[in-house]
Amino acid sequence: MQMTEQAAERHTLSIVVDNEAGILARIAGMFTARGYNISSLTVADITEDHAVSRITIVTYGPPAVIDQIIAQLDRLIPVHRVTDLTDLGPHVERELALVKVAGTGDHRIEALRLAEVYRARVVDSTIASFVFEVTGNPEKIDKFCELMREVGLVEVARTGIAALSRGREAA
Amino acid sequence: MTSEKSGADILVEALTDLGVEVVFGYPGGAVLPIYDAIFKQGKIRHILVRQEGGAAHAAEGYARSTGKPGVVLVTSGPGATNVVTGLADALMDSIPIVVITGQVPTQLIGTDAFQEADTVGITRHCTKHNYLVQDPARLGAIVHEAFHIATSGRPGPVVIDLPKDVQIASARYEKPTAPLQHKTYRPQTKADAAQIAEAVAMLAAAERPILYTGGGIINAGPAASEALRELQALTGAPVTSTLMGLGAYPATGDAWLGMLGMHGTYEANMAMNQADLILCLGARFDDRVTGRLDAFSPLSKKVHVDIDRSSINKNVRVDLGIVADVGSAITDMITAWKACGHRAADTAEWQSRIAGWRARKSLSFPASDHEIMPQQAVKRLYELTRHLDPVITTEVGQHQMWAAQHFGFDAPNRWLTSGGLGTMGYGLPASIGAQVAYPGRLVIGISGDASVMMNIQEMSTATQYRLPIKIFILNNQYMGMVRQWQELIYASRYSESYSEALPDFVKLAEAYGWTGMRIEQPGDLDDGIAAMLAAEGPVMVDCRVAQLANCFPMIPSGAAHTEMILHAEEVIGEASDEAKALV
Repeated sequence: MQMTEQAAERHTLSIVVDNEAGILARIAGMFTARGYNISSLTVADITEDHAVSRITIVTYGPPAVIDQIIAQLDRLIPVHRVTDLTDLGPHVERELALVKVAGTGDHRIEALRLAEVYRARVVDSTIASFVFEVTGNPEKIDKFCELMREVGLVEVARTGIAALSRGREAA
Repeated sequence: MTSEKSGADILVEALTDLGVEVVFGYPGGAVLPIYDAIFKQGKIRHILVRQEGGAAHAAEGYARSTGKPGVVLVTSGPGATNVVTGLADALMDSIPIVVITGQVPTQLIGTDAFQEADTVGITRHCTKHNYLVQDPARLGAIVHEAFHIATSGRPGPVVIDLPKDVQIASARYEKPTAPLQHKTYRPQTKADAAQIAEAVAMLAAAERPILYTGGGIINAGPAASEALRELQALTGAPVTSTLMGLGAYPATGDAWLGMLGMHGTYEANMAMNQADLILCLGARFDDRVTGRLDAFSPLSKKVHVDIDRSSINKNVRVDLGIVADVGSAITDMITAWKACGHRAADTAEWQSRIAGWRARKSLSFPASDHEIMPQQAVKRLYELTRHLDPVITTEVGQHQMWAAQHFGFDAPNRWLTSGGLGTMGYGLPASIGAQVAYPGRLVIGISGDASVMMNIQEMSTATQYRLPIKIFILNNQYMGMVRQWQELIYASRYSESYSEALPDFVKLAEAYGWTGMRIEQPGDLDDGIAAMLAAEGPVMVDCRVAQLANCFPMIPSGAAHTEMILHAEEVIGEASDEAKALV
């Protein structure tokens, strides 16, 4: 059976790597070279000595392709471990967005009201604009941005997804 | 405390500590300190090639024939970019080479300095791993780590990019005393015992088993080939092999089906198609092997042993994937087989079906008394040299497939060819690498008139080091495989595949100080080969063969194993656009 017949799934992969020069190019380049998708990518070092980084990648593909992506990541020399958080089960995904909204009058008031509902904080304001900081899962951010479009959305900056497994163990 | 020494001296000392005897290279501005360190030592032999690409393939030939890593030393910029093809080739065929590239001084990196190229960037995806060394104190450890990575697990090429200032700076170096334990890289070599037991049970229960073997067995060392023979004898299963695995099981063995895949034998491909169990040992279900995936071996259970987990379930879904060194896994299977008291199943019915396919004589070719058939040339070359146990290299194309089909290999490490990448220009430098490793052995490069031109400058290297390689050109004055595809798929529109303006290979040989000879008539073939063998030093043979001979059998791209073309008469003149899109 050809593997491309399976339906695509969204998977969140957590990749712990040595924080060495070029590591991001190695990982991202592997995705490009083999034709895999990256819908979100975040990276930062996670240890006190800055020696190890966690890269969180959200990707789409049929199960066989996801398996292959994990195997291809795993064989890169500086990769400590790859965890498929989606496969693992319950996990937390969070993203932060900065959302600039411009407007006056009712639009301005409505923007503030919605921000409150979404627990977004005002991190910059002028007489005619706000920058909101909103945190949550990607769907919540999507929804917030969609609502802001109605009341004067100017631009958005999103961090991409950071994720961890639930429970006390490291994944 | 050891005293400090220069980065260049550390490099040379570390290479010496690692047992490196030969380096293939070409000097240049960014590696002058290393060349000076080489000048001042007496343990490592440097082979000066004529273009850096030749160094990479020579190192591959050295590695493939010895099982030891090949080492390359080149300068920055063009020196480094010229080895890129060899790196990609070694990555595809899992050949352990370590390539040291010079780099502009650290403070000039990124300024578009003279002969600067982003070597680690360019080679990132055609190496198993690469390094840019910025701290001379780390250099010794990196060199040892690079060799560990190149040679362990699934072998492959590793690049060490060494800025000139790091070559000059001083640091301490001590030979590591303990075996290297990498913090993240720990290839799994020992198979899971339960999986071995399962594989053995499947093998014992099979009525129509087949062993599908690949280059992994060669990489696992000669003991793995021995183990394969024992496993075959225990199970009675027939054996086929990929291009890269030839020699792991002897071509003279009773169970040998010949190579499988696009230009494999009818019996090998039919047996794969009809088997009820495929045991894949160190092969990777490459498209040249499987043909059309949805028609690939539809009746079989599949067991795949590979040291690279990403090879398992990549192209073909298998029932049991075992991550292990294939030699170790075969040995474990033998032990488990014996422990279970299994006997070879009665495969008489299976054997008789195979005998029926064999009787089709798919490697037969039309005889000719007025022109030399290229298949006949390879066959006679085999028959007249087999007692000398030669090392054979090839370039890429028709001659390569004819060599694979008609030259028999009874032992590993005798067959050096560019399989995965299909690099024309591989064979001549690979012959040099093998001959450097084995000065006393017969090394024959079976070549084509087009391929041999791609690294023809390396003739000069063979001359300089008095390497008695024999380059046997099957000269049909075409890029034969391109022409064959144009004949079969593009209604014989031979676009740019004619070898216009070839040199006179005999005169060319003489110009380089080689012996040149030409064979033109079928009746002169044996004498010509004998003369080649009798000549001292390097020889180039221009063997003029039938110009329009095609390589059969052939499974067209995207066709199933059962849709094999056995003879030229079965061929259609023009293929559909869908077929044209396949490689």
